[in-house]
Amino acid sequence: MSSEKVIRVLLAKPGLDGHDRGAKVVARALREAGMEVIYTGLHQTPEQIVEAAIQEDVDVVGLSILSGAHMALVPRVIELLKKEGADDLLVTVGGIIPEDDIPKLEAIGVKGVFGPGTSTVDIVKFIRENVSQRN
Amino acid sequence: MEDIVEKVLSGDRRAIARLITMVENGHPGVREIMRELYPRTGNAHVIGITGAPGSGKSSLVNKMTAEYRKRGKSVGVIAVDPTSPFTGGALLGDRIRMQSHATDKDVFIRSMGTRGSLGGLSRATSDAVTILDASGKDIIIVETVGAGQSEVDIVNASHTPIVVLVPGMGDEIQAIKAGILEIGSIFVVNKADREGVERVIVDLEMMLDLAGYGEDEWKPPIVTTIAVRNKGIKELVDKIAEHMEYLKTTGDFDKRVRDRVESELKDWIREEGVDIVVNRLKEAGEYDALIEKMVKKEIDPHTAAIDAIKRVREG
Ligand SMILES: Nc1nc2c(ncn2[C@@H]2O[C@H](COP(=O)(O)OP(=O)(O)OP(=O)(O)O)[C@@H](O)[C@H]2O)c(=O)[nH]1
Ligand SMILES: [Mg+2]
Repeated sequence: MSSEKVIRVLLAKPGLDGHDRGAKVVARALREAGMEVIYTGLHQTPEQIVEAAIQEDVDVVGLSILSGAHMALVPRVIELLKKEGADDLLVTVGGIIPEDDIPKLEAIGVKGVFGPGTSTVDIVKFIRENVSQRN
Repeated sequence: MEDIVEKVLSGDRRAIARLITMVENGHPGVREIMRELYPRTGNAHVIGITGAPGSGKSSLVNKMTAEYRKRGKSVGVIAVDPTSPFTGGALLGDRIRMQSHATDKDVFIRSMGTRGSLGGLSRATSDAVTILDASGKDIIIVETVGAGQSEVDIVNASHTPIVVLVPGMGDEIQAIKAGILEIGSIFVVNKADREGVERVIVDLEMMLDLAGYGEDEWKPPIVTTIAVRNKGIKELVDKIAEHMEYLKTTGDFDKRVRDRVESELKDWIREEGVDIVVNRLKEAGEYDALIEKMVKKEIDPHTAAIDAIKRVREG
């Protein structure tokens, strides 16, 4: 029986912005890197995202936000994860995030913030290095 | 250990999720936990659903789940997607169609990759079914693409296997090739908003007639659906209930359960048996030498295996 730990990642697009090309590129890159990627699709509420993260028992939650609503959505996701006792998950945010907001997101527990130009190689590397070694 | 058993039995979502991960990863403590859960299972109606990629399985599962919730049933879903044999990674996309149920506490959805080993998949999914069953779910739906034998086996291990077909694209023929038509207890012709529905139904009916079902036998019904418009879903759920009724009244239910546990027993004998024999050879320091002999063509693999088993039996 294999006892290798496969990294599981939930990729979600909270909020109202309607295109997910970037998220799909990242999804494929993570699969190529040997991870299991659960994609939840567009227009997800923080509640739906956190519930999916729990049921899927993922190691990483990747939030892709282009709408500018990150300062409303991300804290809510983190708060709900805490409430569920799942705050050991690695939370990353991708999308268009103004420089000033990055420290604010990091202060509430976001580990990686990836702007539009980030290479998928760096994202893969970041996840490998920062995912918590449970199990 | 006791803790996680109690939590799963009480339906705790995190415990269920964590235990499925442990099963998938072959975590050392997991067999003990499964042993505790096993006696608490057997109450769920397990439905398998298979069909060509993109035929609308997940959309159907989504709408069926909504219908079951209306009928007051709790639902567990296991959605299997292929793992890339090259990278070991997977894109698990079935959940996209089902996210409207994400926050319903009486629905639990889990995506699984097919991962590596032969037989490993059926074991992991059957363990996941056991876990959801023990957690009190009334209905458990297992979705797989009917590509490989082990995926067909998974669906066949359910109480009610459903095969999904769609009009056009010669999918019907495809399905016959893959040998999945034999396992259908219900056939769904989805995407009935498309052209060619009649053709699929006629083909199916002809095939079923050829198979020749006896008077008292369950002849698989054909249900036409448009999953995206919620058409035909009530009928499908009714047919699934009828099928269970049939299984229960005819004794076929017990037979299915028997067949299933027997095949699980054989799986485990295979799995554990290999370990026992190999470990004994290794302990005796003969394992490498035996492999060397086969490489040199001094003994063929079958004879080597039979000899090894005999030796273990003789102690
Ligand atoms: N026209 C039409 N499209 C449908 C119907 N049911 C599903 N679809 C569409 O078919 C596509 C595939 O649907 P899924 O439910 O993901 O199919 P699936 O069989 O689960 O796909 P895989 O899991 O990838 O094999 C989606 O774009 C659906 O919206 C239907 O009844 N009619
Ligand atoms: Mg699907």
